[in-house]
This record gives sequence, C-alpha cells and structure tokens, in this order.
Amino acid sequence: MHVVVVTKNTPDTAATVTVKGDGTIDWGDSLVVNPWDEYAITEAVLLKEAHSGKATVLTVGTDEHQEALKHGLAIGCDQAIRVWDGALDGCDSLGYAEAVAAAIRKLGDVDLVIFGRELADIATDQHVYQVARKLGWTMLGYVAKIQALDVAARSITVNRLTEYGTQTVRSTLPAVISVVKDINEPKYPTFIGIRKAAKAEIPVWSAADLGLDAAALQPRTQQLRYQELPKREGTVEIIEGATAQEKAAKLIDRLIEEKVL
Amino acid sequence: MSQGVLVWVEQFKGKPQAASWEALGQARTLAGGGPVTAAVFGQGVEAVAQEAIRRGADRVLVADDATLADYRFEPFVALLAQIVREHQPAIVLAAATIAGREVLAGAAAEIGAGLLTDVTDLSLEGGKLQAVRPVLGGKVLSVEAITGDGPQFATLRPRAFPAPEPDPSRSGEIVAVAPVLAEDAIASKVEAMQEVTGTISLTDATIIVSGGRGVGGPEGFDPVRELAEALGGAVGASRAAVDAGWIPYEHQVGQTGKVVSPDLYIAAGISGAIQHQAGMRTAKVIVAINKDPEAPIFKLARYGIVGDLFEVLPALTAEVRKRLG
Amino acid sequence: MDFTLSEEHLMAQQMVRDFAQKEIAPTIKDWDRRHETNPAVLPRMAELGILGINIPVRYGGQGFDYITLALVCEELERVDTSLRVIMSVHMGLNSMALLQWGTEEQKQRFLVPQARGEKYAAYALTEPDAGSDPVRLRSTARREGDVYILNGEKMWISLATKAHNILVFAKTDPHAEPAHKGITAFMITRDMKGVTTGDIHGKLGVRAGSTGWIAMQDVEVPVENRIGEEGEGFYIAMSCLDNGRYTVGAGAVGLIRACLEDSVRYANERVTFGQKIGHHQLIKQKIAYMQQWYDAARLLVLRAGWMKNMGQRNTRETAVAKWFATDMSVKAALEAVQIHGAYGFSDEYDVERYLRNAKGAVIYEGSSEIQQLIQADYALGYRKDRPLRCELPAYDPEFWQNEG
Repeated sequence: MHVVVVTKNTPDTAATVTVKGDGTIDWGDSLVVNPWDEYAITEAVLLKEAHSGKATVLTVGTDEHQEALKHGLAIGCDQAIRVWDGALDGCDSLGYAEAVAAAIRKLGDVDLVIFGRELADIATDQHVYQVARKLGWTMLGYVAKIQALDVAARSITVNRLTEYGTQTVRSTLPAVISVVKDINEPKYPTFIGIRKAAKAEIPVWSAADLGLDAAALQPRTQQLRYQELPKREGTVEIIEGATAQEKAAKLIDRLIEEKVL
Repeated sequence: MSQGVLVWVEQFKGKPQAASWEALGQARTLAGGGPVTAAVFGQGVEAVAQEAIRRGADRVLVADDATLADYRFEPFVALLAQIVREHQPAIVLAAATIAGREVLAGAAAEIGAGLLTDVTDLSLEGGKLQAVRPVLGGKVLSVEAITGDGPQFATLRPRAFPAPEPDPSRSGEIVAVAPVLAEDAIASKVEAMQEVTGTISLTDATIIVSGGRGVGGPEGFDPVRELAEALGGAVGASRAAVDAGWIPYEHQVGQTGKVVSPDLYIAAGISGAIQHQAGMRTAKVIVAINKDPEAPIFKLARYGIVGDLFEVLPALTAEVRKRLG
Repeated sequence: MDFTLSEEHLMAQQMVRDFAQKEIAPTIKDWDRRHETNPAVLPRMAELGILGINIPVRYGGQGFDYITLALVCEELERVDTSLRVIMSVHMGLNSMALLQWGTEEQKQRFLVPQARGEKYAAYALTEPDAGSDPVRLRSTARREGDVYILNGEKMWISLATKAHNILVFAKTDPHAEPAHKGITAFMITRDMKGVTTGDIHGKLGVRAGSTGWIAMQDVEVPVENRIGEEGEGFYIAMSCLDNGRYTVGAGAVGLIRACLEDSVRYANERVTFGQKIGHHQLIKQKIAYMQQWYDAARLLVLRAGWMKNMGQRNTRETAVAKWFATDMSVKAALEAVQIHGAYGFSDEYDVERYLRNAKGAVIYEGSSEIQQLIQADYALGYRKDRPLRCELPAYDPEFWQNEG
C-alpha cells in the first residue's frame, strides 16, 4: 500500500502581518508546516503502519518547503520528494494541481493521496479538488474518519463532515482525500525519525522530469495586492435606543454590515 | 450564450442552501443585463428550482435524478463542467460551502478555468472578475483577479453578500438536463447520512457568546446559551464565572483558559480584565454588553450596549431568529 | 568554533518543546497546587523515548548526544521543574552512571530497560544527616557470602516511590581511613524485601514532583548488583554529579527563559502611566539582566555538553554551569515576580511557581555554597582531577546510533 501526503510550509498565522505601501506584506518570515497537514501527515503514517505499506511526503515548491518534508520524514514517512522548476513560479492552483498529478502518476503505484483540509495562509482548498480532477480519481473531502481501507479489495470507506451532518461514503481506490482535525491526534516526530530526516537527501523533480508543458502551467488567476482590514475606529460605538429590542435591532444591522453574522 | 452568469444552487433533501441565494444576488449584479441561469442537481428538487426563479434566476437547469440524490464529487463535477461547456457562461458562481468549493474547483479544473475561492467582495474590472478574500488567518485581505479567457469561476463566502428577497411575481424557464455519469460509472457510493448537530468547539467557533460575573449564577448562562444557539456559535465564559462554579472550565476564555479568534465575540456581563482580553482580543468584531458604562471591555469593543444583559440578550436572540431564520 | 546546533539538535528540541507545551503545560499549575504528581508524565516521556535520549541505541536508547540532553532539559523545565527532575535522576544520576561504570551484564540488566522507559530509575546518596557532607552517610552494606546486607535510610530522593531501580550508596567499611574509601555503590530494586518508600510533601517548590524517602532494613543485594568495586562508591557518586548537575544547570537555563518570556509578554500587555510597562527603564533593566543571564548560563551549559561529547573531563565546567545557572534562575524568578506586580504574587500567573522551583536548585546537587568552594579549590590548586577508572564515554555517532 502506498499513500502520498501532500504538504507545504505556510506563514505562521500567529505572526503579526503588516501591509506595506506597495501592497505587499511583511509577516516576519516565520514558516510552519501547514497546520492542517499535521493531521494529514500523521494519518499517512498511521495508515502505512497499519497496512505494512509505504508513505511518501510530497511538496511542490522551492527549498523554502524543505522543512515540511523533513517534518514528514521525522513523523515517519519513508521518503520525501520535492517538485520544483522555474516554470512553476507564479503558477496558480491549476498549475499546482498539474504538477502534483504528474508526480503521483510518476510514482505509479499510489493508492491514496491525502491533503490537509486547506492551506492556512492563502485560505483555499481548490488545489485539493483540482488534483483529484486532474488524476480522474474519486475525491472525498473533509474526512473525519477512515472507517475501512482494504487495499486488496481496492476499497475505502470514510466519514465526511458536511454542514448537514456526517456522510459515510465508500469508494474504490485509488482516491484523493482531505482530512479535518477530528481524524487523529497529530504525532510527534520520533527521535529515530528526526535522525533520518536530518540525514535525508531529498530528490527534486523538475517540470521536464514530469513532462509538464508550459501551457498547462499558465496561470488563470493573479494576486494583485494585499490590503488592510477596514480600520477599527478607536472608540466603541454605543448602540442607543429606547428599548432593548430597538438596541438589539440596530446591533444586528451593524453586525450584518460587518459580515460577521 | 457566452454572456450571462451561471449559479450552482445547492440543496439538501429538497431544501435549498440559503447561501446559494446570495450567489444568485451577485449573479444578477454581475450579469449586467445578461441572463442569470441557476443549476440545481438532486432528486425531487422542483421546489428548489421554483424558488431559484423567485430569487432572480431567469432560467433554471434542473438535473433531477437518483444518481444526484446525494452529493458526490464525480457526478456533480462532471455535470457542471458539461453544462459550462455547453452554455458557455461568462461567469460561474456558487456559495463557498463545502460542496460548493469542491464542485466549482473540480469543474474549473476540467474546463481549465480560473477560480477564486471564498471571496467576500466581487466585481468586474474590464470584463474580468476581481475579488477580495481574507487570508493569513483573516488578518489581511488579498485582492485577486481572474486573468484567463473563458468562463470565470468564483465561490462566495456565506453571509458576506446580501440575499435577494423572493419575488413571487417573477417567472422563468425550467429546463431538464440529464446527468453525465451513470451510476455504475461513479466510483463512490453513499452508505449513510447522519444528521447530527454537535456542540461547536470554542477554538473553532466563528461566533462566541460569553458570560461573566454579570450573569450572576449558573442559570444566568441560559440567555447566553440561547443566543449562542440562535447564532450557531459557541458559549464562552470569563474566569470569574468559571471560578464561581457557574460553568465548566472548558468554556473559559482568557489567559488561563482558551485563546479564541472568532469573527464575532459577544461579551455579556464581562468587565474585560487584561487576562480575559488576552484570550479574545483578536476577534474580528467585539460586542460588549454591560450595565457599567466604565467597564474596560468597552475600550476594546467595536459595539457596545449599556444595559441589563437579561433584557438585551433575549432581545438579540429574538432579532436573530427573526432576521436569519 | 562552531556554535551552531545541528538539525537533529533543533528538531529534537522542538519535539520535546511541543510535547511539554501541549500535554503538560495546560494542567501543571493544578498538579502543583495540589502537591501531586501527574501520573501521565512518566509513561509519556517513556513512550516518546525521552527517558533514553542520549543512551546508545544498542542499549535501548535514542542515540543522541549529550548536548541534546541539555536542550531537552531546557525545554522540560521551561514548563515545570518536576519534568526536568525526572531526567536528572533517571538519566543524569542513574543511567549515565551505568553507561560509565556498569559491566556489560549490568548494562543489559538495568540500562536497557531504563533507556527504553520500561523501568524508571533514581539515585539515593543523601540521608537525613548527610547532604552537603555525603561522607557522613550512615547506611551500611555488610558482605555475607554472595550478597550484601544493606541497612539505612535515604531522604530527599526524587522518584523514590516511582523508580524501579535505585542507585544507593552505603558503607562496606564504616571504619575506613579516609572515610570516603569505605563507600560502595549498589543498584537495588524497590521490590526487594526490606525496602520501603514513602512520599515527602510540604515542599516549597517542585510540588508536582515526586520526592520521598527510602528505608532499607536488612535488604539482600546480590554481588552482581554492586556497581564498580568496593570502596569505589564515593568516586562513582561524585562522577554521577557531573551528569546530574549538568541536567540541573540545563534545566535552570529553561527556567530563566520561562521568566524572561513571561516577563516580556506581560511587559507588552500591562499599561501603567499611559504606556506599556516595557517602556519604563526599571522594567527594561530587569529584562536586560534576564537576557544576559540566559545567554551566559546557556553557553556555560553547552560548553560542558560539548566537553562530554569530546570525552573530556568536565567536573569543574559542569559545576560552574550549574552554580551560575541556578543562582541566576532564582534572581530571574524574583525579577519576574516583581515585573508582574501583584499578579506575580498570585498563582494566576506562573512566575511565583518559577520562584518556588528555582529555590530548590540552589540547594540540591551541590548547594551554591559547595559550588563556590569547588571553584575556589580548583583555582587555588587545592583540587585537581585525577583520572577515574571509568570515564564517561565520548559521543561516538557510529557507536551510539547503530544496533551493534
């Protein structure tokens, strides 16, 4: 059984972020493994242990993401692969999905691809679903529990969290899943894993290695600039009204305007 | 039509997802006189299609089929992609719900189109969609745009856009469409659906209503809980209330409790000492309700009501239920 | 001179930091308040391999070096001293003694299960009447055939009621001249007939830590459990302190850091006279000193660790690191409480616990007064290190990391 977990480093969302005059941001450059991926990496390791299989940790990115791969190895993944090429610079989720799908195809024997629910920094999950579509595999998102995984019978059954409740879905393998916090308790790196990660030489696959063509990597979206959240006025607005009901109505108006309801 | 806007309208067991109407409202704005088409997938969804027309669709493409009764990625994505290829809308929208994000992302990948996820602001600049999205833990806004040719995809953050009121006088066309994938071509099978409302954890909650010393006792948390429930939020507490034994420690917000960062934090009967502030000050909007106009919490809050929380909280709960259903 | 820590050092440090912050920090104040030990701590540290961090893999450990031990102790004590005390006795004073002095058979019998975390270990030198002056100890060990009969009482023993294997020191020759040559070291197990243990409560600090007494009444200890030779016990005990003190010093570095980080956070929150108190000069002064003490203490500890890695005798360097780091941790804690004002005086914040914990470290493992005598005697030429029969092995990555 071969499971691949896809990860990357993201800016630490606990950092203070400032928007500069030119619309770029400064967040202090502290990177962490995408928090949702902690659950994905742990799940990959748990699965490979339970099924005597193999776990690969994969990233598409510059060597800024090397830490995330080392972290995956330290938790217990068997190998790490980085995909990068100048041609991938500035690509959007579609280009990213092309690259990941190509890497999965190159590995050849992958049964399951696991993502964390979303990327904490750019607050999006579209790349996850797009990888599934590029591969033509089933996509099971927001998985809170893997009920059953039968590699020989090529079957997986999961519980997916939705706004309406928990959906139990059975699918054939191979499949792509994304996981939420409920799925497990993230493992710590083991000391043996740490030693292995520190010594690891991680291969880098280029666009040529993956047979990616430039047209496929052409971005269809663009990030223009950042801007500050609307400024908080220094003083509180005390809601006035003759009755509690009047005040309540006015407050709800404000909160709807603020888009927090 | 290479004009007009297509909106994927979500439904569950024949009941429409309210956030989809917000997308329909935006579709009307962006269509600029062109047609607005809704797409509804499911089984027994006639009523949803009718509602879509009342909410502003000129035309509704309905795929009513057993294979679509439950949401699944492959058939929904295949069908939406097919519809987009056939009808060539300029723009494709949906609410950024779990299913909405999946379906539009999958369809955009199949078409090779640009997609902006979970936007809080949307406009057209020179025929291209431009959006604002909160990123980096909601600390900053990112302005992004679609650059490619062809249909432009976007999912809208629920509750960030107004929903159009239903207009019973509106009429429109309902067109049946066939699903793309037969059941035996679909790899995933839904085995069960457990409709459960669990309690929301404090650290995950987008809305928190907290009570402090001012609630006076364990029963004082009832109006706090009711408002939290009406808002779909979690219940928090100050250390004073927890130490007094009025509510369990797991609800404590503050230095020695949990640090939370919701979109909305309503502090009722909480003075706002520095230790409590440390646990909630990064909330996007803070509302303070307190009898004492000098309470430090008012310096931290965006909005405040000076009054008796036992009057104000029930009034808020009633207003929320009236406005938001 | 390369001051960089390796990737392994940093990753190991981060892992222990995450464990201590996530699993122990949230409830430690409660346990401390109740003077009770969190029963989850030892098994978790065992499970994660922390109890064998710097023991060779072939002896059941994780194969990391002595510097890693210091980093681990710093992270543990950053959360609470009771966590680091476990490493001091289980690893520093007992397991490393086996590494240095144990026969191959004793390593297999005692060190392997300890490194794996299957057995916990402790060190019993101190007695009610013998602390700073260990030669005064009164426990006896009478040879009878192929056993020794041990009698005596040990006090202020960390993990007394929890440890399986305990390294005890007793006089095989109570009339030896000089007296220290009559002391011999033994490994006893808590389940031996005649061994009783109990907890000591009411400590000023390290209240979440397990501290107790051990009474030995005609305990039969087989000859195979004697560590080293008869009459060698004092040298063994003192060499154990080279490692125990090392962990105490390393932990104190973590305690200084705790004081510094908490004070910085508070100074950036609290407002007096119209500004955050971090802008007031007298507060700046306290923070500046804490930073200086942290930097200096850490370097002293890491130097000692480097010397251990190199296989160099480090008694003096380890002692000065322990003395400096622990003294400064008391001062840092006093300043941290002061910075927090009335809140520092209450247990709403952690700084009062840091102060109570810090006070213990300047008393145990060689009080600060003893440390001063040691440093002076080295400087004056009154004290010279003579080679030991067994030295702590230098860190050899090949030997440490392979199964063998």
